[in-house]
Amino acid sequence: MTPLLSVQGITKRYGAHIGCADVSFDLYPGEVVGIVGESGSGKSTLLNCMAGHLTPDAGQVVFDTRTDGPRDTITMSEPERRMLGRTDWAFVHQHARDGLRMGVSAGGNVGERLMAVGDRHYGDIREKATDWLGRVEIDASRVDDRPTTFSGGMQQRLQIARNLVTGPRLVFMDEPTGGLDVSVQARLLDLLRGLVRDMGLSAIIVTHDLAVVRLLADRLMVMKSGRVVEAGLTDQVLDDPQHAYSQLLVSSVLQV
Amino acid sequence: MTEYNFAYLDEQTKRMIRRAILKGLAIPGYQVPFASREMPMPYGWGTGGVQVSAAVLTPKDTFKVIDQGADDTTNAVSIRTFFQRTAGVATTTATSDATVIQTRHRIPEEPLHEGQILVYQVPIPEPLRFLEPRESETRKMHSLEEYGLMHVKLYEDISRHGHIATSYAYPVKVEGRYVMDPSPIPKFDNPKLGDMAAIQLFGAGREQRIYALPPYTQVVSLDFEDHPFEASKADHPCGMCGATDSYLDELIIDDAGGRMFVCSDTDYCEARQATGHKGKDAA
Repeated sequence: MTPLLSVQGITKRYGAHIGCADVSFDLYPGEVVGIVGESGSGKSTLLNCMAGHLTPDAGQVVFDTRTDGPRDTITMSEPERRMLGRTDWAFVHQHARDGLRMGVSAGGNVGERLMAVGDRHYGDIREKATDWLGRVEIDASRVDDRPTTFSGGMQQRLQIARNLVTGPRLVFMDEPTGGLDVSVQARLLDLLRGLVRDMGLSAIIVTHDLAVVRLLADRLMVMKSGRVVEAGLTDQVLDDPQHAYSQLLVSSVLQV
Repeated sequence: MTEYNFAYLDEQTKRMIRRAILKGLAIPGYQVPFASREMPMPYGWGTGGVQVSAAVLTPKDTFKVIDQGADDTTNAVSIRTFFQRTAGVATTTATSDATVIQTRHRIPEEPLHEGQILVYQVPIPEPLRFLEPRESETRKMHSLEEYGLMHVKLYEDISRHGHIATSYAYPVKVEGRYVMDPSPIPKFDNPKLGDMAAIQLFGAGREQRIYALPPYTQVVSLDFEDHPFEASKADHPCGMCGATDSYLDELIIDDAGGRMFVCSDTDYCEARQATGHKGKDAA
């Protein structure tokens, strides 16, 4: 089977400082990979390199495109990469405000990607937007409200709806549950798990919350100081961590 | 006339502006940056239009200025006088006699012919400005033809008002490529932008941008399939000349709710009255 995304030797330096170094892995269709590690371990740098927000200093990010098969997204032209960013890729930011247009209604936020790929029928766009609000458990009557009037959890769900409306195949998530209280987190995780299963999405989730990866991820990579120190099946890594840092990470979780 | 170089600006500046104009004409709808000069008038009063006019005027030209369609408002009168004094060109209020027409927020009702130049005063040349505040990003969006966001604005209009409520500065797509702000003309004038015989030049002084439409350019107003573009105007005939095909201003004439509608294009209205057309409010 061709991997959907094949990452080879990604390295990003900030001057003498290492963002992430020599990271390689394959992501297969329908698979969810979690990347965990402490703050400053290079998780977000790696994610941004893969999603095309940062240009890595070395390495390849090969994505299995619909039309041309596997292509290196780092060397492809910017219009092609941005097109991928609007169609086959989705990016869920940690802060919903970074991923939403706060001055535009919820329906407009969800419809933006549709209009960006050439949808020009108001009725259809609105219908799809309303449908997606329902799927992320936002009441259809809120379709014309601005996200500023939404709670944090609703904003995050709206951001997810906005990203998934064009039916992407790969979702990058940067701490999707950060900054939400635990009950809202639980609902969001439940929702995400359902969507990932139903749509057969592949996802890369960056988080420092081990509960999130336990619930969502099939495989796990543990990062420390820009390098992957341990990788494997989620349950395997979490139940029997081998690397000293993974052991520390797992044992740091507060047991209630 | 000895105090000023012809048309106020020095020759090097005019050359620089002409270069920007030529580039703009070569790439219709593309905003060409230029080194806008300080003019003896405040920003927002037409500094961009005045610089473009100064660059295209020749001593043989006949100059006309309209402000919201009218030849006799402050802005129109002072800019006309400005070029009378600094360039010594002939001026007129008749649309068909003018070779260069500087306009603020209107296109004359009378169809323009080849050889004429229409110069627009533009406050904000970037159609995406209020949707995407970063200039670096809007430039990228223009260069990559990513115009989905423009429709988000129209979507918001319909979701809030039930129809596309944008009634002026209505975004257009030029030759299937660049999305352009036609300056704050009413959308009633949008259909006149396309396929026009005259050259159309747009000058934004504060924003330091010039863009242009060569004659007979294809200009399409953006819309949705189920909410097509509509050139709207007040549903009345002109009170002075009875015209039903011109863009109207609404005037409040007393404090008892009395109002009348008159052509915003004063030259068009006066010409019609001179040929015997009469509206219901004409004295």
